[in-house]
Amino acid sequence: MKTRSAKGWLYLLPAILFLGVFMVYPLLDVFVYSVEEGYNSASQTYFGVGLYNFSYVLHDPYFLQALKNTLLLVAITVPLSTGIALLISVALSSIQKLKDLYQTVFFLPYVTNTLAVGLVFMILFKKTAYSDGLINLLINTFGGKSVDFIDGPYWAKMFVLCFYTIWIVMPFKILILTSALASVNQDYYNAAKVDGTSRWRIFWKITLPMISPTVFYLVITGFIGAFKAYSDAVALFGTDLNAAGMNTIVGYVYDMLYGDSGGYPSYASAAAILLFAIVLTITCINLMVSKKKVYY
Amino acid sequence: MAKTAKGELSYDIIRIEKASRVRKKVMTTLIYIFLTIWGLLVLFPFYWMILTSVKSYSTYNSEYIPKFFTLAPTLQNYVDAFTAVSLAKYFTNTILFTVITTAVMVIVTVLAAYAFARLDFAGRDLTFTIFLSLMMIPNELVIITNFVTITNAGLRNTFTGLILPSITSVFYIYLLRENFAQIPDELYYAAKVDGTSDFKYLMKVMVPICRPTIITITILKVIECWNSYVWPRLITDDSAYFLVSNGIQEIRENGFGRENIPAMMAAVVVISLPLIILFLIFRDKIMAGVSRGGTKG
Repeated sequence: MKTRSAKGWLYLLPAILFLGVFMVYPLLDVFVYSVEEGYNSASQTYFGVGLYNFSYVLHDPYFLQALKNTLLLVAITVPLSTGIALLISVALSSIQKLKDLYQTVFFLPYVTNTLAVGLVFMILFKKTAYSDGLINLLINTFGGKSVDFIDGPYWAKMFVLCFYTIWIVMPFKILILTSALASVNQDYYNAAKVDGTSRWRIFWKITLPMISPTVFYLVITGFIGAFKAYSDAVALFGTDLNAAGMNTIVGYVYDMLYGDSGGYPSYASAAAILLFAIVLTITCINLMVSKKKVYY
Repeated sequence: MAKTAKGELSYDIIRIEKASRVRKKVMTTLIYIFLTIWGLLVLFPFYWMILTSVKSYSTYNSEYIPKFFTLAPTLQNYVDAFTAVSLAKYFTNTILFTVITTAVMVIVTVLAAYAFARLDFAGRDLTFTIFLSLMMIPNELVIITNFVTITNAGLRNTFTGLILPSITSVFYIYLLRENFAQIPDELYYAAKVDGTSDFKYLMKVMVPICRPTIITITILKVIECWNSYVWPRLITDDSAYFLVSNGIQEIRENGFGRENIPAMMAAVVVISLPLIILFLIFRDKIMAGVSRGGTKG
């Protein structure tokens, strides 16, 4: 029995080593970092233990800007993307012809490199000396004035960021919702048809309740994902997000860690823990709401 | 009297059926229009990037109103992308990084999943529970210490530093363990009676049976590696070790000496193509895999 036991651990050893060094230890360490005041990464010394790092981060205008950007992004993209994905999935499951083709096309953004395709969005929205960009020309034809979406006013930059984020997260949501819709028992629809129920009523009274666990799952993962937004912002506005005023919380963490403003793992840890606390709180609230609203 | 009422009734039914058929047709058309609009929204950036990448530098910059087609396509931008900037280097770096990371991940995952699914040992279930709880840990929390660990180990700007923290994926261990556990015990005992060793049983029986799942996790990991940006950005500042995501950012910021958007788009096409081809080949596997355990949403 003893040798068998040893064998089991032997098979697990590589996984445990990797997880221990790069996941468990860092997880504990991040809390240590976050309470070490005045940590100096060059000499690896600190002069006190306390909550100063958190207070510093919470008073840092860059963090507050990042927090504001992230909250706006979450508040706009999560409901919109979930709603549109629901519409598309319902439409998709009511057709037979070309369904595969549509599904393939809709999934494409998932397999693209966020940084690379972000550049395409940038040139579509950017206003330069030699061209206003395609989107601005579109706005002009409808009688609007050109706006620089990349270096211009805050709302315009926010709009592009939300637009791109929704474009990126859509495939995952459509895929999950379409498979949930396909698994709804057909008998319910047949019964409704016999009763002559309208499409609208069928959707609200049968379809939505039946797939409500999936919708809530998407809302929860959507919140988590949107709170961690970062690379889409880099793709659109470049690596210096603070200068563009479009930083996100995750971006703030990385900027504190590395780069021109880096070298402060303590502040980075404090910000990361704050982010985690926010995400955890929202997820708990979501779960509590879903207990009341979801039909399992 | 009764006859006419009956006639009117059937006439009514025909009329109602006809009206509902028309309504249904209108509805179906509207649905197709709606889906097509979204499809165009998805495809348009791809079309635009390919179109821009074959426009010459002077054509692109002279078009105040961008044209939706070009009569003189050129491949010069692709030549520029590979010669003027180190795109080829970024590309080979990424392939190397992806292949090694994925290969080691698959080995580690198969061994761990086998231990959890098939072997009996003290503390197995507890360890598995701990593993599962690790799935909830966000990368952002652990990346800070990993950055310090790798920096202190002097592994910045090395492939070792890039690869090591990118290997573990608890979720894939879980996914494969579930699949392994479905294989009936009888097979194992039969093999034991024949004197097959545990390792041989794993390689000759379990891995072949679970090949679809292993392929799925391999593809998902390849996608993840190909697109990884944050960790490579933190750990490399020497452009000789850049992966494509950082490479394209570098091209954007310090690229061609001037703002050469067509050549930049050529680089974007080159970077995007491998995954799109992979997706078109393994469409069903990728979509099934993502719906079982994908994130990014």
